[in-house]
Amino acid sequence: MLLTPTQTVIMILAIALGSMTTRFTPFFLFPEHKEPPKIITYLGRVLPPAMMGLLVVYCLKGVSLKTAPHGIPELIAILVIVALHKWKNNVLISIGGGTLVYMVLVQTVFR
Amino acid sequence: MNETKNKSFQKAFSAAFPHTIPVLTGFLVLGMAYGVLMQTKGYGTLWSVLMSAIAFCGSMQFVAITLLTAAFNPLQAFLLSVMVNARHLFYGISMLEKYKGLGKVRAFLIYTLCDETFSISSSVTPPEDIDRKYFYLSISLLDYLYWVLGTFLGSVLGNFVTFNTKGLDFVLTALFVVLFLEQMKKIENRIFGLIGIACTVVALVFFGASNLVIPAMILILLVLLGMGRKKICC
Repeated sequence: MLLTPTQTVIMILAIALGSMTTRFTPFFLFPEHKEPPKIITYLGRVLPPAMMGLLVVYCLKGVSLKTAPHGIPELIAILVIVALHKWKNNVLISIGGGTLVYMVLVQTVFR
Repeated sequence: MNETKNKSFQKAFSAAFPHTIPVLTGFLVLGMAYGVLMQTKGYGTLWSVLMSAIAFCGSMQFVAITLLTAAFNPLQAFLLSVMVNARHLFYGISMLEKYKGLGKVRAFLIYTLCDETFSISSSVTPPEDIDRKYFYLSISLLDYLYWVLGTFLGSVLGNFVTFNTKGLDFVLTALFVVLFLEQMKKIENRIFGLIGIACTVVALVFFGASNLVIPAMILILLVLLGMGRKKICC
Protein backbone atom coordinates (compact mmCIF):
# COMPACT_ATOMS: atom_id res chain seq x y z
CA MET A 1 0.00 0.00 0.00
CA LEU A 2 1.66 3.16 -1.23
CA LEU A 3 -1.07 5.69 -0.55
CA THR A 4 -2.39 6.70 2.87
CA PRO A 5 -5.88 5.46 3.84
CA THR A 6 -7.39 8.92 3.19
CA GLN A 7 -5.75 9.08 -0.23
CA THR A 8 -7.02 5.59 -1.03
CA VAL A 9 -10.58 6.58 -0.10
CA ILE A 10 -10.31 9.64 -2.34
CA MET A 11 -9.00 7.45 -5.20
CA ILE A 12 -11.91 5.02 -4.79
CA LEU A 13 -14.38 7.92 -4.86
CA ALA A 14 -12.69 9.47 -7.93
CA ILE A 15 -12.90 6.17 -9.82
CA ALA A 16 -16.51 5.68 -8.72
CA LEU A 17 -17.37 9.23 -9.79
CA GLY A 18 -15.86 8.60 -13.24
CA SER A 19 -17.74 5.37 -13.69
CA MET A 20 -21.03 6.86 -12.39
CA THR A 21 -20.67 9.85 -14.71
CA THR A 22 -20.78 7.44 -17.65
CA ARG A 23 -23.71 5.49 -16.20
CA PHE A 24 -25.95 8.40 -15.13
CA THR A 25 -25.35 10.91 -17.95
CA PRO A 26 -27.86 9.46 -20.46
CA PHE A 27 -30.55 9.28 -17.77
CA PHE A 28 -29.92 12.92 -16.77
CA LEU A 29 -29.89 14.14 -20.37
CA PHE A 30 -33.10 12.31 -21.22
CA PRO A 31 -35.29 12.28 -18.07
CA GLU A 32 -38.15 9.79 -18.05
CA HIS A 33 -40.98 12.36 -17.92
CA LYS A 34 -39.87 13.84 -21.24
CA GLU A 35 -40.07 12.17 -24.62
CA PRO A 36 -36.45 11.76 -25.84
CA PRO A 37 -35.55 12.92 -29.39
CA LYS A 38 -36.42 10.42 -32.11
CA ILE A 39 -32.77 9.78 -32.85
CA ILE A 40 -32.15 8.69 -29.22
CA THR A 41 -35.11 6.30 -29.29
CA TYR A 42 -33.72 4.91 -32.54
CA LEU A 43 -30.24 4.48 -30.98
CA GLY A 44 -31.77 2.83 -27.91
CA ARG A 45 -33.31 0.25 -30.22
CA VAL A 46 -30.27 -0.49 -32.43
CA LEU A 47 -27.42 -0.08 -29.93
CA PRO A 48 -27.99 -3.32 -27.93
CA PRO A 49 -27.15 -5.70 -30.80
CA ALA A 50 -24.24 -3.47 -31.87
CA MET A 51 -22.87 -3.29 -28.32
CA MET A 52 -23.15 -7.07 -27.91
CA GLY A 53 -20.98 -7.32 -31.03
CA LEU A 54 -18.52 -4.87 -29.47
CA LEU A 55 -18.40 -6.86 -26.23
CA VAL A 56 -17.68 -10.13 -28.03
CA VAL A 57 -14.74 -8.60 -29.92
CA TYR A 58 -13.65 -6.74 -26.76
CA CYS A 59 -13.40 -10.03 -24.83
CA LEU A 60 -11.29 -11.56 -27.58
CA LYS A 61 -9.01 -8.53 -28.09
CA GLY A 62 -6.10 -10.17 -26.24
CA VAL A 63 -6.08 -13.27 -28.46
CA SER A 64 -3.03 -13.35 -30.73
CA LEU A 65 -3.54 -14.87 -34.16
CA LYS A 66 0.19 -14.75 -34.93
CA THR A 67 1.52 -16.68 -31.95
CA ALA A 68 0.49 -20.19 -30.85
CA PRO A 69 -2.22 -21.32 -30.30
CA HIS A 70 -3.43 -18.74 -32.89
CA GLY A 71 -6.84 -18.28 -31.29
CA ILE A 72 -7.80 -21.87 -32.06
CA PRO A 73 -9.18 -22.65 -28.55
CA GLU A 74 -11.37 -19.54 -28.70
CA LEU A 75 -12.55 -20.38 -32.22
CA ILE A 76 -13.44 -23.97 -31.29
CA ALA A 77 -15.22 -22.89 -28.10
CA ILE A 78 -17.27 -20.28 -29.96
CA LEU A 79 -18.21 -22.80 -32.67
CA VAL A 80 -19.31 -25.19 -29.92
CA ILE A 81 -21.41 -22.42 -28.36
CA VAL A 82 -23.07 -21.60 -31.70
CA ALA A 83 -23.76 -25.29 -32.42
CA LEU A 84 -25.10 -25.98 -28.91
CA HIS A 85 -27.29 -22.90 -29.09
CA LYS A 86 -28.75 -23.92 -32.46
CA TRP A 87 -29.35 -27.43 -31.17
CA LYS A 88 -30.67 -26.96 -27.62
CA ASN A 89 -31.51 -23.24 -27.64
CA ASN A 90 -30.75 -23.09 -23.91
CA VAL A 91 -28.61 -20.18 -22.74
CA LEU A 92 -27.07 -22.01 -19.78
CA ILE A 93 -26.23 -25.17 -21.71
CA SER A 94 -24.55 -23.14 -24.46
CA ILE A 95 -22.50 -21.04 -22.02
CA GLY A 96 -21.61 -23.98 -19.76
CA GLY A 97 -20.71 -26.27 -22.67
CA GLY A 98 -18.60 -23.65 -24.41
CA THR A 99 -16.73 -22.75 -21.23
CA LEU A 100 -16.09 -26.40 -20.38
CA VAL A 101 -14.70 -27.09 -23.86
CA TYR A 102 -12.51 -23.99 -23.59
CA MET A 103 -11.16 -25.00 -20.18
CA VAL A 104 -10.33 -28.52 -21.35
CA LEU A 105 -8.61 -27.12 -24.46
CA VAL A 106 -6.39 -24.60 -22.64
CA GLN A 107 -5.61 -26.98 -19.78
CA THR A 108 -4.78 -30.08 -21.84
CA VAL A 109 -4.50 -29.71 -25.62
CA PHE A 110 -3.10 -26.18 -25.95
CA ARG A 111 -1.04 -25.93 -22.77
CA MET B 1 -49.81 -5.21 1.19
CA ASN B 2 -46.23 -5.94 2.18
CA GLU B 3 -46.80 -9.63 1.79
CA THR B 4 -47.97 -9.33 -1.81
CA LYS B 5 -44.92 -7.15 -2.46
CA ASN B 6 -42.67 -9.81 -0.99
CA LYS B 7 -44.35 -12.53 -3.00
CA SER B 8 -44.01 -10.66 -6.25
CA PHE B 9 -40.34 -9.96 -5.49
CA GLN B 10 -39.70 -13.62 -4.72
CA LYS B 11 -41.38 -14.65 -7.95
CA ALA B 12 -39.33 -12.17 -9.98
CA PHE B 13 -36.18 -13.22 -8.15
CA SER B 14 -36.70 -16.90 -9.02
CA ALA B 15 -37.34 -15.97 -12.65
CA ALA B 16 -34.25 -13.75 -12.81
CA PHE B 17 -31.74 -15.94 -10.96
CA PRO B 18 -31.11 -18.54 -13.74
CA HIS B 19 -30.18 -15.75 -16.16
CA THR B 20 -27.41 -14.64 -13.79
CA ILE B 21 -25.73 -18.03 -13.23
CA PRO B 22 -23.02 -17.41 -15.87
CA VAL B 23 -22.28 -14.06 -14.24
CA LEU B 24 -22.10 -15.80 -10.84
CA THR B 25 -19.38 -18.06 -12.22
CA GLY B 26 -17.50 -15.33 -14.07
CA PHE B 27 -17.69 -12.72 -11.32
CA LEU B 28 -16.59 -15.14 -8.61
CA VAL B 29 -13.52 -16.05 -10.67
CA LEU B 30 -12.65 -12.50 -11.77
CA GLY B 31 -13.65 -10.95 -8.44
CA MET B 32 -11.39 -13.43 -6.67
CA ALA B 33 -8.56 -12.69 -9.09
CA TYR B 34 -9.05 -9.01 -8.28
CA GLY B 35 -9.03 -9.62 -4.52
CA VAL B 36 -5.83 -11.67 -4.78
CA LEU B 37 -4.13 -9.06 -6.96
CA MET B 38 -5.06 -6.23 -4.58
CA GLN B 39 -3.70 -8.33 -1.70
CA THR B 40 -0.33 -8.73 -3.43
CA LYS B 41 -0.15 -4.91 -3.82
CA GLY B 42 -0.69 -4.47 -0.11
CA TYR B 43 -4.42 -3.67 -0.21
CA GLY B 44 -6.32 -5.97 2.15
CA THR B 45 -9.93 -7.15 2.25
CA LEU B 46 -11.38 -3.84 3.43
CA TRP B 47 -9.92 -1.89 0.50
CA SER B 48 -10.72 -4.32 -2.29
CA VAL B 49 -14.29 -4.82 -1.03
CA LEU B 50 -14.77 -1.05 -0.67
CA MET B 51 -13.52 -0.52 -4.22
CA SER B 52 -15.80 -3.24 -5.61
CA ALA B 53 -18.84 -2.07 -3.64
CA ILE B 54 -18.46 1.66 -4.34
CA ALA B 55 -16.81 1.91 -7.78
CA PHE B 56 -18.23 -1.40 -9.16
CA CYS B 57 -16.54 -1.24 -12.55
CA GLY B 58 -14.72 -4.52 -13.29
CA SER B 59 -12.11 -3.72 -15.92
CA MET B 60 -11.45 -0.22 -14.57
CA GLN B 61 -10.75 -1.69 -11.14
CA PHE B 62 -7.94 -3.77 -12.63
CA VAL B 63 -6.59 -0.66 -14.39
CA ALA B 64 -6.90 1.24 -11.11
CA ILE B 65 -4.48 -1.12 -9.36
CA THR B 66 -1.63 0.62 -11.18
CA LEU B 67 -3.05 3.99 -10.06
CA LEU B 68 -3.15 2.86 -6.44
CA THR B 69 0.51 1.94 -6.56
CA ALA B 70 1.68 5.23 -8.12
CA ALA B 71 1.78 8.85 -6.99
CA PHE B 72 -1.56 10.18 -5.66
CA ASN B 73 -3.51 11.67 -8.58
CA PRO B 74 -7.32 11.54 -8.23
CA LEU B 75 -8.00 13.74 -11.26
CA GLN B 76 -6.12 11.33 -13.51
CA ALA B 77 -8.06 8.45 -11.90
CA PHE B 78 -11.37 10.20 -12.60
CA LEU B 79 -10.54 10.94 -16.24
CA LEU B 80 -9.21 7.46 -16.92
CA SER B 81 -12.33 6.00 -15.32
CA VAL B 82 -14.57 8.09 -17.60
CA MET B 83 -12.67 6.88 -20.66
CA VAL B 84 -12.45 3.20 -19.70
CA ASN B 85 -16.14 3.22 -18.79
CA ALA B 86 -17.35 5.30 -21.74
CA ARG B 87 -19.29 2.34 -23.16
CA HIS B 88 -21.79 2.74 -20.31
CA LEU B 89 -23.09 5.85 -22.09
CA PHE B 90 -24.50 3.57 -24.79
CA TYR B 91 -25.92 1.16 -22.22
CA GLY B 92 -27.79 4.04 -20.64
CA ILE B 93 -29.26 5.13 -23.97
CA SER B 94 -30.32 1.52 -24.60
CA MET B 95 -32.01 1.18 -21.22
CA LEU B 96 -33.88 4.53 -21.14
CA GLU B 97 -37.09 2.82 -22.27
CA LYS B 98 -36.78 -0.35 -20.18
CA TYR B 99 -35.90 1.48 -16.97
CA LYS B 100 -38.79 3.94 -17.33
CA GLY B 101 -41.21 4.35 -14.44
CA LEU B 102 -39.43 2.11 -11.96
CA GLY B 103 -39.39 4.63 -9.09
CA LYS B 104 -36.75 4.46 -6.38
CA VAL B 105 -35.25 1.27 -7.72
CA ARG B 106 -34.15 3.08 -10.87
CA ALA B 107 -31.17 4.86 -9.29
CA PHE B 108 -29.76 1.54 -8.10
CA LEU B 109 -30.28 -0.04 -11.53
CA ILE B 110 -28.33 2.82 -13.13
CA TYR B 111 -25.60 2.75 -10.46
CA THR B 112 -24.94 -0.93 -11.11
CA LEU B 113 -25.42 -1.02 -14.91
CA CYS B 114 -22.31 -3.03 -15.88
CA ASP B 115 -21.54 -4.95 -19.11
CA GLU B 116 -23.06 -8.18 -17.86
CA THR B 117 -26.23 -6.65 -16.37
CA PHE B 118 -26.74 -4.61 -19.53
CA SER B 119 -26.31 -7.72 -21.70
CA ILE B 120 -28.91 -9.69 -19.76
CA SER B 121 -31.42 -6.92 -19.11
CA SER B 122 -31.34 -5.64 -22.69
CA SER B 123 -31.65 -9.12 -24.23
CA VAL B 124 -34.12 -10.84 -21.91
CA THR B 125 -37.77 -9.81 -21.76
CA PRO B 126 -39.30 -10.35 -18.29
CA PRO B 127 -42.05 -13.02 -18.37
CA GLU B 128 -45.63 -11.67 -18.62
CA ASP B 129 -46.72 -12.54 -15.07
CA ILE B 130 -43.58 -11.08 -13.48
CA ASP B 131 -43.20 -7.55 -12.10
CA ARG B 132 -40.55 -6.06 -14.38
CA LYS B 133 -39.23 -3.71 -11.72
CA TYR B 134 -38.37 -6.61 -9.43
CA PHE B 135 -37.06 -8.65 -12.35
CA TYR B 136 -34.51 -6.00 -13.37
CA LEU B 137 -33.73 -5.30 -9.70
CA SER B 138 -32.98 -8.99 -9.07
CA ILE B 139 -30.60 -9.20 -12.04
CA SER B 140 -28.75 -6.01 -11.05
CA LEU B 141 -28.63 -6.88 -7.36
CA LEU B 142 -27.41 -10.43 -7.94
CA ASP B 143 -24.67 -9.38 -10.38
CA TYR B 144 -23.57 -6.66 -7.96
CA LEU B 145 -23.43 -9.05 -5.01
CA TYR B 146 -21.51 -11.69 -7.01
CA TRP B 147 -18.78 -9.16 -7.77
CA VAL B 148 -18.49 -7.92 -4.19
CA LEU B 149 -18.61 -11.49 -2.84
CA GLY B 150 -15.97 -12.65 -5.33
CA THR B 151 -13.68 -9.80 -4.32
CA PHE B 152 -14.18 -10.64 -0.65
CA LEU B 153 -13.48 -14.34 -1.14
CA GLY B 154 -10.41 -13.63 -3.26
CA SER B 155 -8.81 -11.33 -0.74
CA VAL B 156 -9.59 -13.64 2.19
CA LEU B 157 -8.74 -17.06 0.83
CA GLY B 158 -7.16 -16.38 -2.55
CA ASN B 159 -4.15 -18.59 -2.16
CA PHE B 160 -6.07 -21.58 -0.81
CA VAL B 161 -7.85 -22.26 -4.09
CA THR B 162 -6.12 -25.25 -5.60
CA PHE B 163 -8.57 -26.37 -8.28
CA ASN B 164 -7.35 -25.40 -11.73
CA THR B 165 -9.54 -22.50 -12.84
CA LYS B 166 -7.52 -21.69 -15.96
CA GLY B 167 -9.95 -20.75 -18.72
CA LEU B 168 -12.97 -20.42 -16.42
CA ASP B 169 -13.12 -16.68 -17.04
CA PHE B 170 -14.11 -17.55 -20.62
CA VAL B 171 -17.61 -17.93 -19.14
CA LEU B 172 -18.15 -14.17 -19.59
CA THR B 173 -17.04 -14.28 -23.24
CA ALA B 174 -19.44 -17.19 -23.67
CA LEU B 175 -22.21 -15.16 -22.05
CA PHE B 176 -21.67 -12.29 -24.50
CA VAL B 177 -21.51 -14.69 -27.47
CA VAL B 178 -24.79 -16.34 -26.48
CA LEU B 179 -26.58 -13.05 -25.80
CA PHE B 180 -25.24 -11.83 -29.15
CA LEU B 181 -26.82 -14.94 -30.75
CA GLU B 182 -30.07 -14.17 -28.87
CA GLN B 183 -30.04 -10.65 -30.33
CA MET B 184 -29.41 -12.10 -33.79
CA LYS B 185 -32.64 -14.13 -33.61
CA LYS B 186 -34.49 -10.99 -34.64
CA ILE B 187 -33.74 -10.59 -38.32
CA GLU B 188 -33.95 -6.78 -38.17
CA ASN B 189 -31.20 -6.81 -35.48
CA ARG B 190 -28.68 -8.74 -37.57
CA ILE B 191 -27.28 -5.84 -39.53
CA PHE B 192 -26.69 -3.87 -36.31
CA GLY B 193 -24.90 -6.80 -34.66
CA LEU B 194 -22.62 -7.14 -37.67
CA ILE B 195 -21.94 -3.39 -37.61
CA GLY B 196 -20.91 -3.72 -33.94
CA ILE B 197 -18.48 -6.52 -34.73
CA ALA B 198 -17.07 -4.91 -37.89
CA CYS B 199 -16.52 -1.48 -36.30
CA THR B 200 -14.83 -2.98 -33.24
CA VAL B 201 -12.54 -5.15 -35.39
CA VAL B 202 -11.58 -2.06 -37.42
CA ALA B 203 -10.88 -0.15 -34.18
CA LEU B 204 -8.82 -3.09 -32.89
CA VAL B 205 -6.70 -3.19 -36.05
CA PHE B 206 -6.06 0.56 -36.16
CA PHE B 207 -5.89 1.50 -32.47
CA GLY B 208 -4.67 -1.69 -30.79
CA ALA B 209 -6.12 -3.81 -28.01
CA SER B 210 -5.67 -1.30 -25.20
CA ASN B 211 -7.34 1.69 -26.90
CA LEU B 212 -10.12 0.18 -28.95
CA VAL B 213 -13.32 0.99 -27.06
CA ILE B 214 -13.77 4.70 -27.70
CA PRO B 215 -12.81 4.57 -31.44
CA ALA B 216 -15.14 1.56 -31.80
CA MET B 217 -17.99 3.46 -30.12
CA ILE B 218 -17.47 6.48 -32.37
CA LEU B 219 -17.43 4.29 -35.50
CA ILE B 220 -20.56 2.43 -34.40
CA LEU B 221 -22.32 5.71 -33.63
CA LEU B 222 -21.41 7.20 -37.03
CA VAL B 223 -22.57 4.15 -38.98
CA LEU B 224 -25.81 3.83 -36.98
CA LEU B 225 -26.59 7.54 -37.31
CA GLY B 226 -25.86 7.39 -41.04
CA MET B 227 -28.33 4.55 -41.42
CA GLY B 228 -30.87 6.13 -39.07
CA ARG B 229 -30.98 9.43 -40.90
CA LYS B 230 -32.27 7.67 -43.98
CA LYS B 231 -34.88 5.75 -42.01
CA ILE B 232 -36.13 8.59 -39.82
CA CYS B 233 -36.17 11.39 -42.40
CA CYS B 234 -37.63 9.64 -45.42
